[in-house]
Amino acid sequence: MKTGRRRFTVTIGLGSCGVAAGAEGVAEAFRAEARGRGLAVAVKGTGCIGICHREVLAEVSAEGGRPVLYGDLTPARVRRIAEEHLAGGVPVGEWLLAGEGEDISSLPYFAKQRRIVLGKCGLIDPEEIGDYIGRGGYAALSSVLDGASPDDVIRAVTESGLRGRGGAGFPTGRKWRIARDAPGGEKYLICNADEGDPGAFMDRSVLESDPHAVLEGMAIAGYAVGASRGIIYVRAEYPLAVKRLGIAVRQAAARRLLGRRIMGGRFDFSVSIMHGAGAFVCGEETALIKSIQGERGMPRLRPPFPPSRGLWGRPTCINNVETLASVPWIVSRGAAAYASIGTPGSRGTKVFALAGKIARGGLVEVPMGTTLGEIIFDIGGGSATGLPVKAAQIGGPSGGCLPAALFDTPVDYESLQKSGAIMGSGGLIVLDDSSCMVDIARYFLAFTQAESCGKCTFCRIGTKRMLEILERITAGKGRMEDLDLLEELAGKIKIASLCGLGQTAPNPVLTTLRFFRGEYEAHIRDRRCPARKCKALFAYSISPGACVGCGACVRVCPTKAITGEPKKPHRLDPLQCTRCGLCVEACRFGAITAG
Amino acid sequence: MKKTPSRRAAAADRRFRALLSSLRGQKGALIPLLQGAQEIYGYLPVGAMRRIARALRLSPSEVFGVATFYGQFRLKPVGRNIVTVCHGTACHVAGAERISEALGRALGVSPGETTGDGAFTLREAACLGCCSLSPVVMVNATVHGKLTAASVPGILKRYR
Repeated sequence: MKTGRRRFTVTIGLGSCGVAAGAEGVAEAFRAEARGRGLAVAVKGTGCIGICHREVLAEVSAEGGRPVLYGDLTPARVRRIAEEHLAGGVPVGEWLLAGEGEDISSLPYFAKQRRIVLGKCGLIDPEEIGDYIGRGGYAALSSVLDGASPDDVIRAVTESGLRGRGGAGFPTGRKWRIARDAPGGEKYLICNADEGDPGAFMDRSVLESDPHAVLEGMAIAGYAVGASRGIIYVRAEYPLAVKRLGIAVRQAAARRLLGRRIMGGRFDFSVSIMHGAGAFVCGEETALIKSIQGERGMPRLRPPFPPSRGLWGRPTCINNVETLASVPWIVSRGAAAYASIGTPGSRGTKVFALAGKIARGGLVEVPMGTTLGEIIFDIGGGSATGLPVKAAQIGGPSGGCLPAALFDTPVDYESLQKSGAIMGSGGLIVLDDSSCMVDIARYFLAFTQAESCGKCTFCRIGTKRMLEILERITAGKGRMEDLDLLEELAGKIKIASLCGLGQTAPNPVLTTLRFFRGEYEAHIRDRRCPARKCKALFAYSISPGACVGCGACVRVCPTKAITGEPKKPHRLDPLQCTRCGLCVEACRFGAITAG
Repeated sequence: MKKTPSRRAAAADRRFRALLSSLRGQKGALIPLLQGAQEIYGYLPVGAMRRIARALRLSPSEVFGVATFYGQFRLKPVGRNIVTVCHGTACHVAGAERISEALGRALGVSPGETTGDGAFTLREAACLGCCSLSPVVMVNATVHGKLTAASVPGILKRYR
């Protein structure tokens, strides 16, 4: 078809990943091309489309035609798309993820996904409330205010089987019931958006891509528990999410979907935004409350639990972003529809941030009960490096490393708990043979040790001692007794810590000890790091047969450890070498190997 | 008229006074006040923390305790550009340590320090959440992804 005069809409993924990959430059390039060629092109923004490994993403649709999806875009590539597609009418096949008439949901990446929380992400403009309403947004809140009692809402959420998606998995309906029944006039509803796990970006993406779903969930929750004030506690490190939340709150208030007398009825619910100041422990409910009160975020003994006694001593219901974003769907489609997805103990879907050495990384949402293997291989396409997938790290610093042999484990709360890992909030990092499991354990312990608030002795000092042992082992100075000592300390920290941070901090160490003990033993007994990651335990050398003497390594070596004449095999002095790896990066002949 | 340093300081002080009076005596105002002060001054000067303490009727030690508890707050001035190396899990397995080392060599400072010419402050973050682009470095608000240690000097050059 060669009309040339058709009107086009270009929708660009402007989530953080997209922006980081250069989406704003791509959007500007589309505008400039359209201006320069006199084409009728409307350039719009949307949130996270989910296919993070192919950012920058853009959907191009001709008026009256079917959309196509492009990936891996750069401003330079936009020029060709403008010429051949927007002006010439023929899509550029090279960067197409889905062509005309091809359903994006049939791509292998989407085939096993079930998008409920992410249902509108990547489809709507998150800065435009009309887009959300146009796709059925705020209908759930409207139906609730139009005749359902708070008890009806709590019953529906209870029957749906929804459990807290922040990690602990407490039944949401039960939490709401306790908050509802708690005596006391003023109550609070808090959205926990303090996503602090390294390797997790589910909540950030939802806030950036569909903020109104969270606000609608909050209003419904507020109505159910009897709260008239909602607070979103969001990480200050998420500037885009903070900005879009602010826009969403203002737009919703302007349409009387938040504030006094919502939709002209008798329910008042206002939402304010508090910027978290960067403390991982504030993901814990009582620490988060302390932080809102302007104190150091240190957890306190429970009970009383926040639904009975929380912020400023008032009953306070705290729900995670993903939990709240699931609520409008449950109310609209019914508890039974939600409960029909997933497993008996874990209903519904879970969002995962799939990253690491994975071919197709991004934001995925699957029915509970999907196996790790299905997520990693069917959705994620397996290893990105050609090296075999060795393990999956699930649940971040509170979770564990499961070996490939256990990839038939279904992702549901019980099965993961049984494996020694936890569901966690949704971080899922794939590790290949180049990852050292002792190093991974040390990495997470370094994180939890630094983030321990210091209140409980076992968490404060125990994690420090565990970290020292792990540092010793990765430095090649470990002793076999260290492994028993690690297990002993781990057990004590778990039972003698007040909050989830300490209780779960040993998990990465315990799971790697359980499934990869051989790697620990190799570090200690053989003074060898099988993955060639721990610098004290391997050395680089140049294989004379492969080296052509190009000198690339000599130029990058910061310690002048490599010498040799041009066009003759070079030599590497292991005593000068600091194992920085720059030469390996620079060598185009694979001549430098670790051994 | 060009802003002289003393005029700038006076303007910052006016903003800080306005911030203080907007939140004076409010419960839970401490962290928003510290965040606002840091936005105005770029860090938390001791004098600002003392004034916050007086406005909220807290002891200076309580204010200092909160300021040092949270990772967001800085007690020293920062450079013109802030370079943040992501050490999230995905970046860690993709070689974030090599990137950190390369930045340290190129700038001659350790994480938390500022270069002598005031051009760069080097920081580390637990995770920036751009895991698909790992390893990443953020300079001010711009994320640079899929880095190698060799690409570090070229990126810094754009900000000199």
